[in-house]
Amino acid sequence: MSKRIHVSTTINGAPTEFLCEARQSLLEVLRDTLRLTGSKEGCGNGNCGACTVLLDGVPVDSCLVLAVEAEGADITTVEGLAHDTRLHPLQQCFLEGAALQCGICTPGFLVTAKALLDRNPKPTEHKIRFQLSGNLCRCTGYDKIVRAVQEAAKALDGNGRAEKKAAAKPRAAAH
Amino acid sequence: MRGTTKYGSCWKVAAQNRPPRSFYYSLSASTRKATALQDFSYAAATTIDEAVSLLSAGGDRARVLAGGTDIIVQLREGLRSADLVVDVKKIPELMALDFDPARGLLLGAAVPCYRLYDDERIAAAYPALVDSARIIGGWQIQGRASIGGNLCNSSPAADSIPSLIALGATCRIAGPAGTREVPVAEFCTAPGRNCLARGEFLVSLVLPAPRGGSAYLRFIPRNEMDIAVVGVGAWVELDPSGQKIADARIALAAVAPTPVVAAEAGKSLVGQPASEASFKAAGEAAKKVARPITDRRGPADYRTHLVGVLTQRVLATAVERAKSKK
Ligand SMILES: Cc1cc2nc3c(=O)[nH]c(=O)nc-3n(C[C@H](O)[C@H](O)[C@H](O)COP(=O)(O)OP(=O)(O)OC[C@H]3O[C@@H](n4cnc5c(N)ncnc54)[C@H](O)[C@@H]3O)c2cc1C
Ligand code: FES
Ligand code: FES
Repeated sequence: MSKRIHVSTTINGAPTEFLCEARQSLLEVLRDTLRLTGSKEGCGNGNCGACTVLLDGVPVDSCLVLAVEAEGADITTVEGLAHDTRLHPLQQCFLEGAALQCGICTPGFLVTAKALLDRNPKPTEHKIRFQLSGNLCRCTGYDKIVRAVQEAAKALDGNGRAEKKAAAKPRAAAH
Repeated sequence: MRGTTKYGSCWKVAAQNRPPRSFYYSLSASTRKATALQDFSYAAATTIDEAVSLLSAGGDRARVLAGGTDIIVQLREGLRSADLVVDVKKIPELMALDFDPARGLLLGAAVPCYRLYDDERIAAAYPALVDSARIIGGWQIQGRASIGGNLCNSSPAADSIPSLIALGATCRIAGPAGTREVPVAEFCTAPGRNCLARGEFLVSLVLPAPRGGSAYLRFIPRNEMDIAVVGVGAWVELDPSGQKIADARIALAAVAPTPVVAAEAGKSLVGQPASEASFKAAGEAAKKVARPITDRRGPADYRTHLVGVLTQRVLATAVERAKSKK
């Protein structure tokens, strides 16, 4: 039964193929097979959001996706946020605002927050808190995280727009 | 940083301190941490017939996979086992989302929750269902979890079922003997059990053309991400004056082994003024069908009390929504 299945997918813009067993989660394959260890396993049951990735642009818990379901899909992980050595404004604002301590929850928050700002560049504080309610942080507390997302929204709205456009070409394949 | 807590162990605390889930949610209850899933094979059906033959051949050892937010957790935690998982998301009928104001809504059984609230017309037409879709887990869960899966998992505390019942939804089921239709109100038979026979699966949910107003409300001790202590869904239609109730349906979650219809409460409203006094009386009538248990989410008498309060509130919202449409 543990026949290996061939899966073709796109991860952070790069066509990617891997072999997996039916029972393996996408998180397991990302971390253990593909060595994309940015996504974390906090709970393994959909409660903490540390494993959040974008599946065809939609945030999902990769611990609750079978790796075989990634066939033909377009996946973005936290590794896909920075452009070369330049951090995404969200990452920069999390750093500057000290919105992380142990950092286990951070990749999940970054990916969910990116999905939010992609859809809604000027979310209210309430909206940010609601959309991030599937991400748990046990050490930083949520205020700094929410503020970092607000700062990133401002950065993206001003000079961030230009940065986004400049970056659009090489990253076109990732979206 | 907390002075005395090591980074490593602090995350474990987070994982283990999740609020416990009740008996009513025991099919996905666990505070254990387990990584590897048991062994099974995977098949992605592309037609209804293919899914029926896979499921018929597999019998008890085959399970449908929609969004996986229940079944993957259950397989991982050993609460269910399977030899074959049949992914139904590649079957076009299961992913259909067709809304026509005159005919109603055809909701494919595997359509994820977020697609309901992302569609403004559907959100306006069936607010109770969208109230439910918005609170099933967080955003990441809603990116995968389907209303069909919520119904087929058949938890007494499932947040979409009272809304489906209140809105008069019907299940379209395919199986070895062809297709059949069952009202959602008759679908669940016990905690985690429903009327699906061997080889059968849910294709879609059919909602009648939108009329009146509706709402769903649950009580949880947190703001988000929790399982209902009590949930109440209501649909009301006003008479032409807009002041009196012409028809109403109310359904309850987490107060019995299955979701239940509060039929008397609905009937008691017909012909009554759309007032707080009527809502309160309906709340009292709804309390009579509640048969809650006492568990760590709340004692039985507290749950019964909540049925009254939530019914009253949810009716007020449903009526307000019905008025705003007139
Ligand atoms: C962190 C977390 C929070 C949650 N919060 C809530 C909440 O607040 N409220 C709530 O109600 N639920 C909640 N849930 C439960 C879950 O998300 C829902 O029950 C969800 O709607 C199930 O849908 P799915 O598509 O993921 O189903 P799956 O997990 O794919 O399937 C669920 C069950 O139904 C069967 N099934 C699925 N589709 C069909 C079909 N078409 N025909 C026949 N059988 C089928 C499967 O075999 C399985 O037994 C939560 C889950 C998690 C992990
Ligand atoms: S590890 Fe996936 S949600 Fe916690
Ligand atoms: S920084 Fe440690 S869990 Fe959030």
